[in-house]
Parts: sequence; C-alpha cells; structure tokens
Amino acid sequence: MTTKDILQTQAEAAVVPTAKDNGSLPLLSIRNLDVWFELRRWGFGVAGYVRAVENVCFDLHQGEAIAVVGESGCGKSSLMKTILGLHRPTRGEVIFRGQNVAGLRGHQLKAYRAQVGYIQQDPFGALPPFMSIQRILEEPLIINGWKDPARRRERIRQALEEVKLTPVDDFLAKFPHMLSGGQQQRVVIARAMILNPSLIVADEPVSMLDASVRVEILKLLRSLQAAHNVAVIYITHDLSTVRYFSERIFVMYAGRIVEKAPVDRLLRNPRHPYTQALLAATSDPDARNAEVFREVPPGEPPSLVAPPTGCRFHPRCAHCIDGLSNVQDPPEIEVEPGHLVSCWLYR
Amino acid sequence: MIPTNGNQPTLLKTENLTLHFRTGRGVVRAVDGVDLELHANEAMVVLGESGCGKSSLAKALLRLLPRNVHAYSGRVLLEDHNVMLLNEEAFRKQVRWVKMSMVPQAAMNALNPVLRVGDQVAEPVIVHNGLRKEEALLQARKMFQHVGVPADFLNRYAFELSGGMRQRVAIAMSLVTMPRLVILDEPTSALDVLTQANIMNVLKRIKKELGISYILITHDIATSSELADRVAVMYAGQVVEVSDAARFFTRPLHPYSQKLMASVPKLHGNQEPDFITGQPPSLFDLPAGCRFAPRCPARFARCGQPPPLIEQNGRRARCWLYAPDRRDP
Amino acid sequence: MKTLRDLSRYPSAIAGLVIVAALVALAIYTVIAIPYDEAIRLWRGGENIWAENPKNAQPVWVNWFSAVKRPETMVFNSLDATESGPITKKREAISAKTTDIIISFPFDYAYDTFPQDLTIFFTSTFEKKQPYVNVTWITPDGQEIGLGEFSIDRTYSFRIPQENKLKRKFKDVPVEQALFTNAPVKDTHPLQGRYELRVQALVFEENADVDAKFVLYGQVHGLAGTDHRRRDLSISLLWGTPIALAFGLLAALGTTVLTMIIAAVGVWYGGWIDELIQRFTEINMVLPFLPILIMVGTLYNRSIWLMLGVSILLSIFSGSIKGYRSIFLQIKESPYIEAARAYGAGNLRVVFVYLIPRIIPVLIPALVSIIPSFVFLEASLAVLGLGDPVLPTWGKMINDANDNGALFQGLYYWVIEPSALLMLTGLAFAMLGFSLDRIFNPRLRGL
Repeated sequence: MTTKDILQTQAEAAVVPTAKDNGSLPLLSIRNLDVWFELRRWGFGVAGYVRAVENVCFDLHQGEAIAVVGESGCGKSSLMKTILGLHRPTRGEVIFRGQNVAGLRGHQLKAYRAQVGYIQQDPFGALPPFMSIQRILEEPLIINGWKDPARRRERIRQALEEVKLTPVDDFLAKFPHMLSGGQQQRVVIARAMILNPSLIVADEPVSMLDASVRVEILKLLRSLQAAHNVAVIYITHDLSTVRYFSERIFVMYAGRIVEKAPVDRLLRNPRHPYTQALLAATSDPDARNAEVFREVPPGEPPSLVAPPTGCRFHPRCAHCIDGLSNVQDPPEIEVEPGHLVSCWLYR
Repeated sequence: MIPTNGNQPTLLKTENLTLHFRTGRGVVRAVDGVDLELHANEAMVVLGESGCGKSSLAKALLRLLPRNVHAYSGRVLLEDHNVMLLNEEAFRKQVRWVKMSMVPQAAMNALNPVLRVGDQVAEPVIVHNGLRKEEALLQARKMFQHVGVPADFLNRYAFELSGGMRQRVAIAMSLVTMPRLVILDEPTSALDVLTQANIMNVLKRIKKELGISYILITHDIATSSELADRVAVMYAGQVVEVSDAARFFTRPLHPYSQKLMASVPKLHGNQEPDFITGQPPSLFDLPAGCRFAPRCPARFARCGQPPPLIEQNGRRARCWLYAPDRRDP
Repeated sequence: MKTLRDLSRYPSAIAGLVIVAALVALAIYTVIAIPYDEAIRLWRGGENIWAENPKNAQPVWVNWFSAVKRPETMVFNSLDATESGPITKKREAISAKTTDIIISFPFDYAYDTFPQDLTIFFTSTFEKKQPYVNVTWITPDGQEIGLGEFSIDRTYSFRIPQENKLKRKFKDVPVEQALFTNAPVKDTHPLQGRYELRVQALVFEENADVDAKFVLYGQVHGLAGTDHRRRDLSISLLWGTPIALAFGLLAALGTTVLTMIIAAVGVWYGGWIDELIQRFTEINMVLPFLPILIMVGTLYNRSIWLMLGVSILLSIFSGSIKGYRSIFLQIKESPYIEAARAYGAGNLRVVFVYLIPRIIPVLIPALVSIIPSFVFLEASLAVLGLGDPVLPTWGKMINDANDNGALFQGLYYWVIEPSALLMLTGLAFAMLGFSLDRIFNPRLRGL
C-alpha cells in the first residue's frame, strides 16, 4: 500500500465519530511552547526576534471547547497557526494524540492537518472567489485522497445539510459572492468539518458578521461540536460571546497566557488585573454608559520585539510590585480548583 | 413629559432625505426618505446592520456622492438653512468640514502614508480657514491634546502609530476646523476592546469640552450605548425607530429593534441570546409593505401596507403595532 | 457569456471584435483555399507561374476611383478557339504538306491608357521543320501593321514591344503605345475600338500544329496588384493574415502564460527563488530585444519558428513579471490561501489551483493587448530583411517594396496594402484589449 492509500483509508475511517475521552489522555497538549519570528537585518543576520508566543502550556480534551481571549498583538493568531501546522514552533511541543506534531513534514504533516479544521474570521476572504461551493468543499477531500467522486458528492451533501444550507442543490453551484455573510461562514464551517476533524480552531468566526447572525452561527457551531464530539479552540476578543460557547477561557497578553479558568468563574471573579480591565471595558447595552468614563489601563500593549522584563503587564498595572513584577516572570498560581493566574499578587 | 436635550436648539433636521444609486443590476434605494433631528451638543446613534444604508446616509449628509447617483433629494436643514439648495462649490466652502465633518469607516487606514500626521490634521484649516502653516500646526497640536495624542507625534508618519492612535488622529482631523457636527462611521469596529473604550472616552470628553454633536453610525449596540443620547435604527434604507437612549436600551419599540437587542450576547445576566432568521431584503428589490414584515414575529394583515413613522410618547416607530387606531388582535 | 454581454456595451469593443473575427475568418479561408505548400510554391514564383501577370501592376479597383481607366490584363488562347469565335483558328491546306493556320484574336479595347506589354507565347508540335509565323495587327480604323515574320521553335515567346524593327519604325514612341494610337505622339489617348491580332502560321508537316497565347498585360491586375516578380500580391496579403495572427497569438500566449507561472512560483516559494527570478528579470529587461533577434537571424537562421521561440524566451522575463508579482503578493495573503494550506494543499496545488486563477482576469486583457506588438515585431523583422525567407508575409511585402523603390516609382499600393492590414490588426486587438481591460478591471470604467 502506498502512503496515499494509507491516507485514504485513514481519511475515510475518520468519518465515524469517536467516543468522548473523559479523564483519559488529552487530545492536544501544549508544553512550553515558544513561537518566535526572526527579524532579518538587511541582507544577512538577525536583528532580533518577535516573541509572539512564550511559554504557553495547556491541555485540551476531546470534545472540550475553550476560548482564547486577547487583543491584537497578543499572540493568539501565532499560537493558532502553530497548532494548525502552518508554522513551526521555535521551542516546545505540540502533542496531538500522543505524537509531537511540531517536527512533522510531508505526508505526516498533511495527515495531521486533516485532523484539525480551521474557521477563519473573514467569511468572504476564506473562500476562493472563483470556485463554486461544490468545488470549495471538494478541495479538502481531493487533497486528502478521496478518489471516488460519488463518495465526495455524498459527503459534500452531508456537510451542507449539517450547516443547514438547504436545499443543498441550490447552493452547490453558487459562488461565494452570491451568498450572505452568514451563509458564507456556514460554508467555511462545512469545509472545516468535512474531513471530520477532532479539533477545530475558530479564529474570530463571527466578528465580521452582523449582530443578528452571530448568535445563530455560534449556536450552529455549538451543536456541531456536541454532535461530533469535536474539541474547539475559539479565539475572540469579544468576551460577551464566550459565555455561550466555551467551558474554559484562557486570557492572553503579550504572548503569554495570564489567566485560565472555567467561564463562569472568570466572568464572575477575574483575578488578573488585565482580565479585570478587559471585563471593565466590555459593556452591556445600557443608556447609563454614556454618563461614565470607563477605567482603562494607561498605555498600550508592548512591542513583542523587546517586551518588558518580568510580568509583561507591569508597566500598565496599578498593582505592580516594584522589584518583583518588573524583574521576574510570574509563576502560574492556582487560586481555586481549575482557576490559574500568572500574577505576583497571588503568590 | 417628552424628554428633550435640555432645550437645546435643533442643529440638523433632515426631511425625506433620499439617495438612490444606479448600478448594473438596477437601482439601489440606499437612503429612502429619512427624517432625522439632531440638537446641539447631542449624540445620535444610527444603528443598523450591514446593507441598511447607514453609510450611505453619512455620504448623503455630506454630499460625498459617487458618480452613479440615481436620485438625491430631500431637505437638509443645518441651523435652519437648507443646505441641499447650495451648489457644489458653496457646499464645499460653507458646510463640508466647516459645519459638518466626518470620520469615515476605517479612517485609520485612510491616512496618507507619505505625509506626517501633523500636516494631515493641519490641512483642513489651511484650506478652509486660510491659516498659515504655523498657525494651522498650532491648531493641530490643540486637537491632538483633545484626543489624547502626545504633541511630539505631530512629526510622525501614519505607519509609526498604532491603530488606536491613528483613529484618534482621524478624529482630530475631523475636529480641527471646529465644526458643530461630526459624523462617525464605525469609529471603533476594527479596534480592540481596551482601545475601543479609550476612543469612546475621548469622544465623550470632546463632547463635554467642545460642545460638539455627533452622529455615530454603527452596528455595535453595546458601544453605541456608551455615547448615545438618542438612537435611530435603520433597516433597508429607512429609519424604523427614533428614541431617546434611556428608553431604547430598556424597552425598544420596533420588533426589529427588539430582536436586535435580544441578539446581543450579554456579559452579565442569564438571557440566552436570540437571533433573527432570514436576511434583510435586497435593496434592489424591496417588499411593498413593511420591509421587516417577512422576518417579523408580530406581523399581521396590515403589514402589507408600508407603515409611516408613528409617534409614541415622544418616540417614533415605523410599525403598525403602534397605530392609534389599532384594534388588539 | 457575461463577458460578451459586457463587451457589447463598448462600441470600440464591438468594432474590434468584428475586425478580429473578419481577420480570423480570412485566415481560415486562406489556409483552406491556398494550402501552405501551394502558397510557398506560388510565392517562390518563376516565369512559368506568373508569366501572365504584368509587373508592378496596380490593383484593379483603382479604376473605380479614377476617371482614367487603366487596362486590365487580357489573355487570349488559341486553345479556346471555337467555330463562332470570338477567337478563331482555321486550318487551310495549301499543298500536300503545307498547311496555313490562321488564328484570330479580336478584342475590344475601351481603356484610356496603354497596356504595359504585349506578348505572344507560341507552342508548336512538329518533327523536323519549324513553322513559319506571320503576325499582323489590325486597328479599329482599318490599319494593318505587320508585326513580324519568323520561324518558331516548340516554345517561343514573342515580345512585341521588344521587336527591333517595330522600335525603329515607331522611333520615339514606345511600341505598345504606337499600336494603339493613330497620331504617333507619345502618351496620347489610345484609340478605343475593336482591334485584332492575326497570327498566320505555315506548317510543313502533316501533324504539325501551332498554338498561340496572346497576353495583353494590363496596368492593373488582381485584387491587390502585382510586384516586381509579377506575383499576385493578394497571395501574400492573404497568407500574411494567418501568419501574423498565429505569430502574434502564439507569442502572446506563450509569453503571458509563462510569465504568469514564473511570477506565481517566485512569489509562492519566496526566498532565493524569488530573488533569482527578480535579478534575472532585471538583467533581461536591460538587454536590447531587437538587436538580439537580428543577431540570431543573421548568424543562425531566419526561420519564423526560431524567431518566435527566441521572442518568447526574451519576453518572458520582462517587466510584466514585476506587475504580476505585486498582484500575487497581495493575493498570497488572502485568507483562503491560508485555509488551503491548513487542509493540506501542497505548494504546486496552491500555485496552480488557488493563485493563478485569480490572475486570469488581469491576464486576458494583457494577452489581447500584447498580440499587436508581436505582429508588428514579425513585420519589423521582415522589413529589416530578417523575415522568414520563404513565407509570404506583410512585412516581406514592405521589404520587397522598399528594396524595389516602390515609393519612388509611385507604386503606393505595394506599401499601403500591407501597412493598412497591419494597422487594422493592431487597432482591432488594441480596442478589444482596452475594452476587456475595462471590464475586468472595474476601476477603469469611469475613464
């Protein structure tokens, strides 16, 4: 059997959903992950590094949904791209089903990528404008060795029905620009699910959609997740949607995870000063908002080329402990079961 | 008692403002008979989703029209003068950036990359008020102070600033000629949460310090509540509700506004958010009666007729549910 | 398709499309009606092919626009003789072995100027004794002028204006004029009316025979005129069409497609591949295009396929790579490319299935607009004398015209006809290309 045949049987076998792994080995395990980008000096040599992700560790189990929250430049995109296999880590391990995928190449990398689905922020940009919906959904299948056109067609139908783009025949021949934003995002979701992945990375999947459609798409994603027992990493900067979508939240700042907690605990009782600032700045619609000025920590997120020493947030933090926060990296402290904070305040 | 904005005079009043575009596929009725009222030192939020015509409303007010205009009519009374009657040159000299200015969508990406930001902010006063360069730069410096950008940024280029800083520069550019009214089109949509909060703080402060009025166009309901004194909701080219902020955010009148409020995921509170099935009508092919009727849970027979804006306790809603002669079903 | 509908909104595009369609139709017709080998054979020329054509004759339609009617070529063959005429051939036996063959060629001459030349081509069959021929010229007003008596071989051509006796007889006036006018003064009007050429041949054997073909060479001939080698220019005009179109299209297609692929590969793989391509392109852009072609043509050989190949090779790494590269750099950042990599697309697939289709809308107008440049290139090479030596092309016509002093001699048609076709081709493709550009690039629509 050639590698292609192996991949094909693997791909087709993966259509059957697996049982939920509870308490057993995590599906995805990130250990001490560093993702640094080189800054090339003119010609040769390295001018420095952009430390996009530093020392990230977490576990994700099959069927679990976590949210990664942070502002632009916090490293969540780089983290996500590394998990997707689009970028190689500088240090550390990305262990998927017991195998370190950081060093994979060629066919093995391709097999790994087929197990991770990707939903992007811009629904229109994520779809090739010159391909019909059928063709768009067929591409991942063709690439991953689904040779029989009849089986491909059947799978495409299945996928479109699951995201509720019916009647299916109406949509197969359409092109992306003929669909609304919500419909386009459904196609993106269908494409991400079509190889029956065990993990989905969703990067701001609804932030470019209208308010009235967002919840619909999030609910769809939630139902698909439950039906197929997929793990989801949901990346967003909108804290208010996190409640309806995930079980745990990780808050990222300047390349590091500063707080990890179950959703309710974090929203009720945020510990890290950055998380507190984020929550204070996120408002619910209320006319009284117009009368108050919001507390915002001064300054801006740091440059990742020369980040501050010690705790990355200390220049903006009202509770900075001089001599400690600005010198040493804070350790991860468990303030309650399941709730971890990287902050010297809780030492 | 009808709440007003403290007896402030009316700054802007539009009557039946209409803007239709001609495209290859037909006529787009982007702004279809909009009536609005804005007082001095008041912030009105125009709320709506994509394709409802709110950006076209901004263009209609400032007469920033593309080539394919099919219809452009109505009255726009700015301080009681109908500026629609002015010709192009008079409008440019007397209204645009003199009385009314704009921070367009994604303004932070629209800064000229080859000019220093100080020069860009100074340019409107040189053109409109005839100031010399040094005086104009002084005015720019004052504006930078208002928006919270350090003075030494005057000499920087756009690419050296972060997104939040660039947006503040764009706001400064809209204020430098001291207009009475600033239209902001999605001022915070591409920004992070903390930066958004910062910008809203800036806008609030400027409103207090300079007495300016805003028309804030956005789809983000939560952000809009940070600034709104009054709210106008647009759907398919029409205004479907006008209300003061206090009553709008607690009890919206129009079914669309209600559904919109219900679809906002809330950070606090236990309500499961709702969504609206279907899509807004295409602006090429609008339904004959109420434009929201196909998706409205409360539709009834009368919705086949296009409803007017109906007065309800100092608020207005374009819905037959509030008709005075309505019999309960 | 939608594109055709969009095109129909631009009058210039319709005009361009119509002209291109006409040219293509002409090319197809030509290739079928006059096969390639036939065209080469005809173009190589030679006495036996073009003997009946006048030299440097203007096209026949010149007569429509001129008050002065110039004569067209007339050919009279005794083989066409019938009982009733007009051409007649009679055999009269004079003695046992001698037969008198009388061939009569009557014709009407209604033109305002004189023919270029008059020749009689004799063919005879005999065993030993040559036939003896007497040629007489009869004018409308009854004058009989003896043109000559001589014996002929199996093939013999008698060029009437070259006959010394006639030249002496008519002194300063050229023979072909003197035969047509009463008052033997140069350049007056010819006498219009019925003329007759009579050939009286005496044969001395039983089965001997004589046939004559009388050619009155006109001053105008054919749809396009003739050149210095008596070749009908419509051959080269017709055959120039498919050659020009084929060269232009193949070169344009080859160049644009290859340029696009190279740009895409460079952008996608990045790194040293991209650098290499860019530097190579920059060097290539500095190299002089035409001189290199001239060098190749002079030192190696001038076959059109070689020229085509070298042109494409030199044009691939041109400035347009930089244009495509900047477009590809933008497209490369599109989210859907990233998504494709995420579901496992390999590099080649990304380049050919995801990147390149995005650029086809830009490619098509560029392709159409560049066709005329290659058509003109081929013509320029021919004009410079570096054209393919055997092919009849428009450029070759201009080259021949130049070499033979056409403009000095007033043979304007020889230059204008190919130039007009070249211009028409260029104009048609340019109009089409501009309109396609406006369709595919909507931001240009306001212009």
